[in-house]
Amino acid sequence: MTPLSEIEGPAAPLLEANVNTDVIIRIERLSDFERDALEPYAFEAWRFDDNGDEIPDFVLNQPAWHGAPILLCGPNFGCGSSREGAVWALNCIGVRVVIAPSFGGIFRNNCFQNGTLPITLPAETVQQFAEIARQQPDAPFRVDLEREVVVPPNGAPVPFEIDGLRKQGLLKGLDDLGLTAERLPEIADWQKRDREARPWTWFE
Amino acid sequence: MTASPKTLFDKVWDAHVVSEIGDGYQLLHVDRNLLHDLSGGKALADLERRGLKVHSPGLNFAVPDHAVSSAPGRHAASTEISARLAPIFKERAEAAGIRHFDVNDPEQGIVHVIGPELGLTLPGAMITCGDSHTSTQGALGAIAFGIGSTELLHVLATQTIVQKKPKRMRVTYHGKAGAGVSPKDMILYLMGAIGAGGGDGFALEYAGSAIRSMDIEGRLTICNMSIECGAKMGMIAPDDVTYRYLSDRAFTPKGEVFERALAHWKGLPSDEGAAFDREVEIDMEDIAPQITWGTSPEHVAAVTARVPEPDSAAPEKRDSWAQALDYIGLEPGQALEGTPVDHVFIGSCTNSRLSDLKAAADVVKGRKVAQATSAWVVPGSQAVKRQAEAEGLDAVFRDAGFEWREPGCSQCVAANGEVVAPGKRAVSTTNRNFVGRQGPRARTHLASPAMAAAAAVTGCITDVRKLLDGDA
Repeated sequence: MTPLSEIEGPAAPLLEANVNTDVIIRIERLSDFERDALEPYAFEAWRFDDNGDEIPDFVLNQPAWHGAPILLCGPNFGCGSSREGAVWALNCIGVRVVIAPSFGGIFRNNCFQNGTLPITLPAETVQQFAEIARQQPDAPFRVDLEREVVVPPNGAPVPFEIDGLRKQGLLKGLDDLGLTAERLPEIADWQKRDREARPWTWFE
Repeated sequence: MTASPKTLFDKVWDAHVVSEIGDGYQLLHVDRNLLHDLSGGKALADLERRGLKVHSPGLNFAVPDHAVSSAPGRHAASTEISARLAPIFKERAEAAGIRHFDVNDPEQGIVHVIGPELGLTLPGAMITCGDSHTSTQGALGAIAFGIGSTELLHVLATQTIVQKKPKRMRVTYHGKAGAGVSPKDMILYLMGAIGAGGGDGFALEYAGSAIRSMDIEGRLTICNMSIECGAKMGMIAPDDVTYRYLSDRAFTPKGEVFERALAHWKGLPSDEGAAFDREVEIDMEDIAPQITWGTSPEHVAAVTARVPEPDSAAPEKRDSWAQALDYIGLEPGQALEGTPVDHVFIGSCTNSRLSDLKAAADVVKGRKVAQATSAWVVPGSQAVKRQAEAEGLDAVFRDAGFEWREPGCSQCVAANGEVVAPGKRAVSTTNRNFVGRQGPRARTHLASPAMAAAAAVTGCITDVRKLLDGDA
């Protein structure tokens, strides 16, 4: 997993509410292609028309935001299916930070497993960022995970909150498995006690 | 000193904490992990690549459902995708010591249908699966939730999962269901009431007289769609209905162990006075048969309603309402009833159990599928299919012009290539009306099995209550 500490670049406004993981990546693409080969399929229903031509109005097709590392999103971004491929697809088009008022819970957890930072900020703040981005599409936003701030172009740093555990995982490039490996003895003890306490949950 | 009252959710959650890992995150034991064909084989391969082994194979179960064909006479290689995934899935699961139910085995079915059916799902259990509709299984009083690919690796390697405790929300349904109103209508109504993000960060508990008087199959439908309002998990307190349902399942404990389990389960319901972070009260009298009109489960209305004006939405939702109507091909102000329907799909982990098929068959009996409409029934499991055939439901559907197919996820997610054609309009008993969910440009209306059956026999969106009254 690629560590994440500081990301700088354009921020693309995609403020629609309830963007679901089906729209981010169709399920069959995840069976047909490896996780690093999803670039052509991210948001495909919105990016391309029936002939496979780019729809110029779609935000990520506009030159300034093509490959933008930061997405500015509406509430409940990443709702729906548990497919981690939604995060892989975002990574494939260069997105490392998603800023939204709220996230689908499974999507949010999946972000932390793939070096992607979901930042929760009030809707008004995301809206302000989007207005700045529209006025100066090329101007870079800077996200500093160590200091827990988003710095809009020519603006004052805006603080965000992140749990220490998640922050350390991103800074060190460790997913949950990397963090839990040393806990196996505790798990063995728990299971031994549980076999006595709740024999009905065990088969052998 | 007396212990403070606890919710069902807190009792089950707290009983599974293996250790505190800081910042409110906890390592939780997973009592059952279920694998399906889309991600199961890949996960087991990734595990090996990371030099790890399955920690507790006996607590894991595997079944192909997403990629398999639903065509009569199907086998593992009937779809191109299943031909690729199924052999690796079976081989790797069996090599790891995980029980694998094969494509035409008597136990096969949609993972969330067979979990409860086989008695793998138990009250008070912690259950995970790499599929967001795992919430279904909370209907028996378990905490059950969907996880991503890396979380799945974590469960396979350690039989635990890292989570932060969500807040608690109770949804209470007061009163009795009116004619033609099913559990599906109750849960769709909730989506409209609290929105697609209304449950973000919450674990739901469903309560009230309308839940208590409901059978397990209806409760599974309710919990299934918890994720559609953003709640990863939805639960219903176990009661005598639950214990009767579990008493003779293939994998439930037997004899003295069952009695011990029962004593434990009876202590699980939320204590009197237990605190919830949010309470939602719903009066059953307000719920008519529901149907969605847009591209989010929150885009839902009574079947008697008209398509809403985007200008009537909250300002931040106006654009998405307008886009939804453009995609779905409806005009604001138009009556929902009477909209022509090209296809009907009855199936999915939401509505493919025996009671769902009976409710649909009751409407279909003595009628024919409309000439311009196609209609499928995909039973949720081999067991559902056997029972339905024993009761002659397959004949009711076939005689009316439905296709009677083999168990799997099929057109709910179209991962097996079974799509609704571009631009076509479907009434589906599934859980998601997202853009492209049932196939590129497919237009989906979510509804109950009875409402789907009514659409099939009339060829348009129809208030099922008119058919129940007999004036077809």
